[in-house]
Amino acid sequence: MNTAHQPPAASHPMPALRVANLRVAFGDAHADPVVRGVSFEVAAGECLAIVGESGSGKSVTARSLLGLAGPGARVSADELTLAGESVLGLSESAWRRRRGRDVGLVLQDALASLDPLRPIVREIGDSLRLHTRMSGAERTRRVLETLESVGLPDAHRYAGRRSGELSGGQRQRALIAAALALNPPLLVADEPTTALDVTVQAQVLALLEQVRAQGTAIVVISHDLAVVSRLADRVAVMHDGRIVETGPAAEVLTEPRHPETRRMLAAVPVDKPRGHRLAPAAGPRPGGTAPTVAPRVTDRPHHPAAPAAPGAGATSAAANAGIALEAIGLAKTFRGPHGSVHRAVDNVSFSLQRGSTLGIVGESGSGKTTTARLVLALTTADTGEVRLLGQPWSTLPETERRARRPLIGAMYQDVLASFDPRLSVRDILGHAVSGPGSRSEPAATAGSGRAGRDARALVLLDEVGLAAGVLDRRPTDLSGGQRQRVGIARALASRPEILVCDEPVSALDVSVQAQVLDLLDELQRELNLSLLFISHDLGVIQHVSDQVAVMHDGLIVETGTATDVFSTPAHPYTRALLAAVPRLV
Amino acid sequence: MSELEIQASATGHGAGRPQTAPRGRFGRLRVSVVELLAVLVTLLLLTAAIAPRLLAPGDPLAIDPLAAFGAPSWAHWFGTDESGRDIYTRVVDGARDSLLIGLTATLIGLGLGAVLGTIAGTLGAAVDFTVNRFLEVLFAFPGLLLALLFILIFGPGPGSAIVAVGLSTAPGYARIIRAQLLRVRSSGFVEAATVQGLGRTRILARHILPNTLAPLLVLGTLGVGQAIVWAAALSYLGLGAQPPAAEWGAMLSAGRTYITSAWWMSFFPGLFIVLTAVCATALGRAIERRMRHA
Repeated sequence: MNTAHQPPAASHPMPALRVANLRVAFGDAHADPVVRGVSFEVAAGECLAIVGESGSGKSVTARSLLGLAGPGARVSADELTLAGESVLGLSESAWRRRRGRDVGLVLQDALASLDPLRPIVREIGDSLRLHTRMSGAERTRRVLETLESVGLPDAHRYAGRRSGELSGGQRQRALIAAALALNPPLLVADEPTTALDVTVQAQVLALLEQVRAQGTAIVVISHDLAVVSRLADRVAVMHDGRIVETGPAAEVLTEPRHPETRRMLAAVPVDKPRGHRLAPAAGPRPGGTAPTVAPRVTDRPHHPAAPAAPGAGATSAAANAGIALEAIGLAKTFRGPHGSVHRAVDNVSFSLQRGSTLGIVGESGSGKTTTARLVLALTTADTGEVRLLGQPWSTLPETERRARRPLIGAMYQDVLASFDPRLSVRDILGHAVSGPGSRSEPAATAGSGRAGRDARALVLLDEVGLAAGVLDRRPTDLSGGQRQRVGIARALASRPEILVCDEPVSALDVSVQAQVLDLLDELQRELNLSLLFISHDLGVIQHVSDQVAVMHDGLIVETGTATDVFSTPAHPYTRALLAAVPRLV
Repeated sequence: MSELEIQASATGHGAGRPQTAPRGRFGRLRVSVVELLAVLVTLLLLTAAIAPRLLAPGDPLAIDPLAAFGAPSWAHWFGTDESGRDIYTRVVDGARDSLLIGLTATLIGLGLGAVLGTIAGTLGAAVDFTVNRFLEVLFAFPGLLLALLFILIFGPGPGSAIVAVGLSTAPGYARIIRAQLLRVRSSGFVEAATVQGLGRTRILARHILPNTLAPLLVLGTLGVGQAIVWAAALSYLGLGAQPPAAEWGAMLSAGRTYITSAWWMSFFPGLFIVLTAVCATALGRAIERRMRHA
């Protein structure tokens, strides 16, 4: 019970949830437990946040609270008490009677959690139908009340819709409504805002705060400390199946004691200036021999570097040579099925200075990805053009453009989908270094042929801080951070001038994200890369960018240096975005 | 870091990571009893096709009028037919023709389907439209009817039965290949290859075709069973192999007249048609399962 907690207030004699020495293991009896003795309790009207990296056991812990640890899970505990009753070793049917009534669950992916073919009024009504004797009309009324209480006014308008017909925020609200329909004393929320835009995230957090204020106990699971800092009364940091630190939120987040907590806090990019390292410089990697950031191969020929310091006020001096990429009046319209017209990108212009980073930030649907595709000349613009190093680019026919493609590389959010599933890392990098027009220098050791390709692939892996051992593995067998590194290595194979990064870290844990951002920063300085960095995450954009462009509904509503945009935002939309960013207390 | 994340996927935690089906330590699925039986029977059938005398030393065409219509016995395991020919010998002997028809027909269907599907999926919207309408016309006929139509024009015989079955299965394969091609073509890794500056032909050869055609192996194995049944059906109608050739469909047809008095004449050839089809399908499913987990 070393990590157990005293209830914060004596006014709650019986906590909504008490867990003592919870252990969960999968597989055979010799397998290491995933959760190794976790204890905590949550009082009514209190919010406990369990934070940790992927694999820390936080999600399994949360699911055990609903008897949903998963097939083959062996759950044991000294105590597991829900609303004053022990729920240890309950049968599946006994759990079914409790779920929804005694404890509600909110999941990350609302789209996957709601049946796409049923109207939400029936989805939410299900728990009422199962647990109460309400009539159909009573159920509908109760569902409408719940929907209104989660901030969907005119609930009857939404009730008949299916999940696909709702926006992301509405869906998440509907999901919370479903969890709250029976007014359970405890709500478990597993990454409730991770998939949401920042303004929607702020709304959902406000809703959860309101739920807590009404006396519901909340256990919220997140990898994002900033999100948690706003909602939680207490924070428990999980690492490797154990709670390594716990205490009042303000205390844990401002005076972290455990190294793991400090590492997670350091990785949060919000309000960290450019060039500030987010991850420890050379942490030993489990199982690997190479340091996180490999020593550089220094005798690589560099491109004629732009002499100007990155970013800062190069505009006046900017001869054309100083501009890596220029977009002039880009517009792209998509036509929907019934003659509907969607202006995805509307009169977008920007220029990217050589060796600097231009961050494009906006919420989903703002036209960021279309802009990236236009810049990469994967789609043709209706009007406007993109110029590369002062030369025509988007207006060229693809056959002529192909010779210049090595100048511009790309990183993708869904990096796994960007690898041919049949290929190993060796093949992926081998193809990249032997690609047409590849400007990859013949490394000292390299001849042509397989050995030469392998040698160059190893140099690339080394640059992105991966050990040679991953060469024969397939991307599906790698972790998210490793995959993204392989993606960077592939993009660097042709020695590009420009790297277009479309949400390159959005799928990663905060600390893995920190490592990848650090790596990009390093590579940029070393190779004098110009980065077009696209993200919905303002914290990330603020950290990586010299210049920032804010996109909204296909338009760039504000541009400027990162410092200016973030300290004195001019456009109301930028101000709204910034206000919604969760910050550490 | 990496270990933590791998552990995470092992516990099913994390965004959108699909739970993998239970499987062995190195991704090898256990061989089920059905799969083992299918492999054994297939080996037996292959032996029969390659070296029929090894399993049945007699002559499949030898007549013995005195033993006509003999019920299954120690001397004649599967009985004898109206001319006293040993049905067991004939069933063993028929394996070669039936398997050959099934395999060749499937190959023809797959090949034709691959060509049509690839043409439709790569040569632009106009070609795609034309090929699709053509496929729809072919689809409008039931497969067997298409085969009958072909035989009507080119005359009956084992050769035209093979081509006919191949032709009638081709539209289905073409559709599947085209759909797969379109899916692969719009995938992230083809886009990544474009960004890398690969030309269209190289992307087609290196990424699109391998990823499109790999699933065909499974389709083909599943298709062999169907092709054998169809070829047997054609023979049964007297449009494929002609009696007294020992081909299962033809034997089935010959036994039809005597079905009330000598059931074994049609039962055993029929049994082997079904057995072969089931084995081919079971093997196809087994390969499919392993490919998905590879």
